[in-house]
Amino acid sequence: MTEFFNQLVIGLSLGALYALIAVGYTVVYGIVQLINFAHGEVFMIGAFGAFGTWTVLSSVTNVTTALWVLPVMIVGAVACSVLVAVLMERFAYRPLRNAPRLAPLITAIGVSVFLQEFVRLNCFSRVCFSENFRDGNPLTFWGAFPDAKSKIPFPQIDGVTGPGPTIGGVTIQKSAIFTVVALAVCAALLWYFVNRTKLGRAMQAVSQDPDTAKLMGINVDRIIVVAFVLGAVLAAVAGVAQGLQNANIDYRIGFLAGLKAFTAAVLGGIGNIQGAVVGGLFLGVVEAMASTYIPGQFGGSAWKDVWAFVLLIIVLVFRPQGLLGARVVDRA
Amino acid sequence: MQQRSIVRLGVPLAVAALALSACGSRGGDNGSSGGSSGGGGSTKTVKIGVIAPLSGDLSALGKGIQHSVELAVKEANANNTVPGWKLEVEPVDDEAKADVGKNAATKLAADDQVVGVVGDLNSSVSQQTQPIFAAANITQISPANTNPSLTIGADSASPKRTYKTYFRTCTTDAVQGPFAAQYLLAQGIKQVATINDKKTYGQGLVNAFTTEFKKGGGTITGAFTINPDESNYQTVVSQAAATSPKAVYYGGEYPQAGPLSQQMKAAGLNVPLMGGDGIYDPQYIKLAGAKSDGDLATSVGAPTESTDAGKKFLASYQAAGYAEPAAAYGGYSYDAANAIIAALKTSLSGASDVKSARQATVDAVGKVSFDGVTGKVAFDEYGDTTSKILTVYKVTSGAWAADKTDEFK
Repeated sequence: MTEFFNQLVIGLSLGALYALIAVGYTVVYGIVQLINFAHGEVFMIGAFGAFGTWTVLSSVTNVTTALWVLPVMIVGAVACSVLVAVLMERFAYRPLRNAPRLAPLITAIGVSVFLQEFVRLNCFSRVCFSENFRDGNPLTFWGAFPDAKSKIPFPQIDGVTGPGPTIGGVTIQKSAIFTVVALAVCAALLWYFVNRTKLGRAMQAVSQDPDTAKLMGINVDRIIVVAFVLGAVLAAVAGVAQGLQNANIDYRIGFLAGLKAFTAAVLGGIGNIQGAVVGGLFLGVVEAMASTYIPGQFGGSAWKDVWAFVLLIIVLVFRPQGLLGARVVDRA
Repeated sequence: MQQRSIVRLGVPLAVAALALSACGSRGGDNGSSGGSSGGGGSTKTVKIGVIAPLSGDLSALGKGIQHSVELAVKEANANNTVPGWKLEVEPVDDEAKADVGKNAATKLAADDQVVGVVGDLNSSVSQQTQPIFAAANITQISPANTNPSLTIGADSASPKRTYKTYFRTCTTDAVQGPFAAQYLLAQGIKQVATINDKKTYGQGLVNAFTTEFKKGGGTITGAFTINPDESNYQTVVSQAAATSPKAVYYGGEYPQAGPLSQQMKAAGLNVPLMGGDGIYDPQYIKLAGAKSDGDLATSVGAPTESTDAGKKFLASYQAAGYAEPAAAYGGYSYDAANAIIAALKTSLSGASDVKSARQATVDAVGKVSFDGVTGKVAFDEYGDTTSKILTVYKVTSGAWAADKTDEFK
């Protein structure tokens, strides 16, 4: 039984990560009906942004693992992710707003590959993360460490990494607590934003009918940017959480995480924010349980992705609108 | 109209292509005529290829291999070890991937000046490159392949040499896994969980370990696998922890092993992680973090810095000023390159061109015997090294330190 609760905790912390990313898919889809396949890379950029911020910080101060560094890292991560998401929207998606739906989808895949290669080829890390920079000599920027091609150790922050409390034999890691709390806080703020603020209501209006919303004086372009920004903020928080949980990052983390988060968004019902949270948590728990309780040759950790996608297919066959989604009537 | 423009574009292109190819053939003529008049003091060029991951997760190891071969070649040229010939190194990147490795090997095999190759790093890549080098009669010496089947074939009960052009300077997993098992049993650790990454190297290592560990009276509390493309292993760690092992034996490489160790300790499973030469790298400790003290790795041979020859090698490596360290396989690569160079002394004397000397080089490599950096360099009838010395390394205050060096019985 202890093992069951252990896996439940692990599943929930993994699921919280998926949920944070999935919200970005869902919010953007809800407004512009676009699956932003480059969203996983926004998450990856967030993780690298946090790492870059930490590197810069640790070069000017000696306190590198104190808890106060964490909020600064989150701010750095958010700044990088939001910048990338806004540029992406402006230059890759807006010109294709009235093109057939396939066009932005293909652009999204192109953007995704571009961002991965950008980080892999060190363009970003050469400037920000070079060893010389850390030695306090910013004039010789072009030393090339750490190599973004291999895994980069993510800083361990006091108080949010390492073993946490043990309740009845169930060990809860501090990074898991951080992830779940981050999801709860982000979800609550998002709910407040969407339902209680003027901008949030404008978003709802646009998602229901963009043309009528425009007639009511809502700036649709601005609302779309806001949707991208919201997704990027949550993805950046997820990037930090992933770094703390796994203790390392690399340029590929966005791909699989993006795919899983997309699955979570579809599971919950794409376009539905609560659905994305539920879908993410559900997917995380299913993965943890499948790798523990499916016996024999098809069990084990190596098979968990198979079971996650089998689940997706089953849900799509029997409940195509997702767990919490409402049946959508295609807009004319 | 359209045809006219095609002609206008096509004619200059064709002329340019002809001019370029003419240049190329003239260059080739010059080269061979310079060679045939070799008596007049001019030298011919022979290349030693390096095929290793020069980019990607394992590039730290690959660069060490490349530079060590470069060092051996530089010294051979300086000492005029192969009279009348100038040695060159031709590095190609296999990205630690089998398909990329195949292309890289084909490129080397197509080069008429290549006589021998040092590499690959990964057993799974060598499986694919072996036939390519064998077909071209190019000697291949791996400094790092530890999967037994590469030399003795898939059936270890009836060993049969698969490719006569393939040799290696390191011992195999058939020795490395059991050596680790004996070490743990000697430490009084009798309950061990195993984890592997489902790759050729990792699975082979864990199988060899398991057999010996059970034979010595130990218990495998659980056998698990991970997906090497991922970096979150918490579910596996939790499952392994539930079997309360005294140590975890991991078959795989450091990009996964480091985070695995880190996540084990973060989840409260405070037992040593032990692995093979694939985790014996400084990057492992960086990824595993401060709590990796006490983790163990076996590696082939005696520690390079413990022998006089090794110290001399590291000093000249340092003096040569390469950007990356020699890493785990530097000494083996240096010995592998020197084995080829030693063979070239006999095979190239009197040879008019490199291609015709390839077969003689393969034969001569099989007979080399000299004292290298990593011990005696000589090959048995399967192409395996005759030396069976291994070392257990332990992470001690943030660095690998040799714990026990012994000859496997």
